[in-house]
Amino acid sequence: MVATLTRALGRNILDFFEKSGGMFLLLAQILFESRSVVRDRRIIIEQMHAVGVMSLPLVCVTSLFTGAVSAWQAAYQFEGFVSLTYLGGATAIAIFMELGPVLTALVLAGRIGASIAAELGTMKVTEQIDALECLAISPARYLAMPRFWAVVLMLPVLTIFANFIALFGAYIVASTLLDVSATMFFDSVQQFFELRNVFGGLAKSVTFGAAIALVGCYVGFKTYGGAEGVGRSTIDAFVLSAILILVNDYILAMLIF
Amino acid sequence: MIEIKNIYKSFDEQAVLSGVELKIKPGSSHAIIGRSGCGKSVLLKHIVGLLRPDSGDILVDGLSVVTMRRRDLYKIRIKIGMLFQGAALFDSMNVEENISLGVREHRLFPQNEISGRVAEKLQLVGLHGIQKKFPSELSGGMKKRVGLARALMMEPKYMLYDEPTTGLDPVMADAINDLVISVRDRLGVTSIVVTHDMASAYKVADRISMLHDGQVIFSGAPAEIRESSNTIVQNFITGNQVVVA
Repeated sequence: MVATLTRALGRNILDFFEKSGGMFLLLAQILFESRSVVRDRRIIIEQMHAVGVMSLPLVCVTSLFTGAVSAWQAAYQFEGFVSLTYLGGATAIAIFMELGPVLTALVLAGRIGASIAAELGTMKVTEQIDALECLAISPARYLAMPRFWAVVLMLPVLTIFANFIALFGAYIVASTLLDVSATMFFDSVQQFFELRNVFGGLAKSVTFGAAIALVGCYVGFKTYGGAEGVGRSTIDAFVLSAILILVNDYILAMLIF
Repeated sequence: MIEIKNIYKSFDEQAVLSGVELKIKPGSSHAIIGRSGCGKSVLLKHIVGLLRPDSGDILVDGLSVVTMRRRDLYKIRIKIGMLFQGAALFDSMNVEENISLGVREHRLFPQNEISGRVAEKLQLVGLHGIQKKFPSELSGGMKKRVGLARALMMEPKYMLYDEPTTGLDPVMADAINDLVISVRDRLGVTSIVVTHDMASAYKVADRISMLHDGQVIFSGAPAEIRESSNTIVQNFITGNQVVVA
């Protein structure tokens, strides 16, 4: 029993170090291959379109309702203690610092991270990645590097959209259900607004983007076992990037704010 | 010349190659036969540097693909074309993009020549007018031909074929065999064909080596393999079921 547990623990520790080491190596390769970023701009722009433009509708819907529910929840917490004149400011801070960056990253981890893992995983199990290697084309340069920069660049942009739409969602709830006027709401937003909060949130979203792309590419490249393996990789990519986003969020919140 | 020197390779303690020795002469057509799972494809992937052996060496034109740096390995790979078992065409690209990807990436030819060269290579493999089709719209035989055209586009010195006739009907399999011969004869390409299809091996190869239990147990001309006194070889080439696993 003890021996089995020790073996399982040892295996998991080794697995953890293998994955961490593999991801750092892939990151190093991506950064090295980034010298051809100008040459590969067309592929990067295509990926940015897939990551940014195609994710915008989902991000809009998610952030609209996130903003709406955060205003409603804040008003519920304020009841009897704090005046609703502070509602706009409190909601805006929560959105800019936390909800906008984290929820947009989680949405993208599901939509893009999992899709990167599935796409690269399918290429791996059907020997398309080996075929690229045989054509003397580095998969890290041709596949991973454009996806990495596309997610790293587009996640902050999507987060800016998410922040504004979430704020709009909060305002809609405040004005229609909580009887808070536009002037009262936006004066409060302005009163509590600090550029540091917005930039802190955007800085977090850059690291979230790096985590999503890196995990998606790493898991995709390591896929084995046919269609079942691709399914497993898709789940692994989402779970692993969601964990990394939340852990990163905690660490960066401690460092930035 | 390709030289395989005492290669050992294991996966999770399961030995796949246990001291493989082989020499592929320039301009020859060498078939590597053996039962499914005996390590034929693994050996092929070692030659092109997709896998690294646990020990031993592989020399391509006198250079070790085992110890060389990645950049140098890529230079060697430009000289080696590979046709994968499932063709491994890129799903997201049409036929023209698939065939021209390597030469576009390495800028081997001027941009305005590429379309003409793609059409030429397609004609060489017996296809035409399918440049804008996607892999999902092609049959198994067409995919293999496009895969071959993609490999030939780089004008390789060596061609590696991984089970080129597997999964094809006899007529299409024979057409692929003819293509392998035609590529060798017309372009002077050294060919290594991994197969368990004896009809294919007899037709395309001027030398046949048999892998068994991770080692080469026979190497000789097609006429010699028929006369081999080794019972494992005889059982394999005649399709006898008492082959020792």
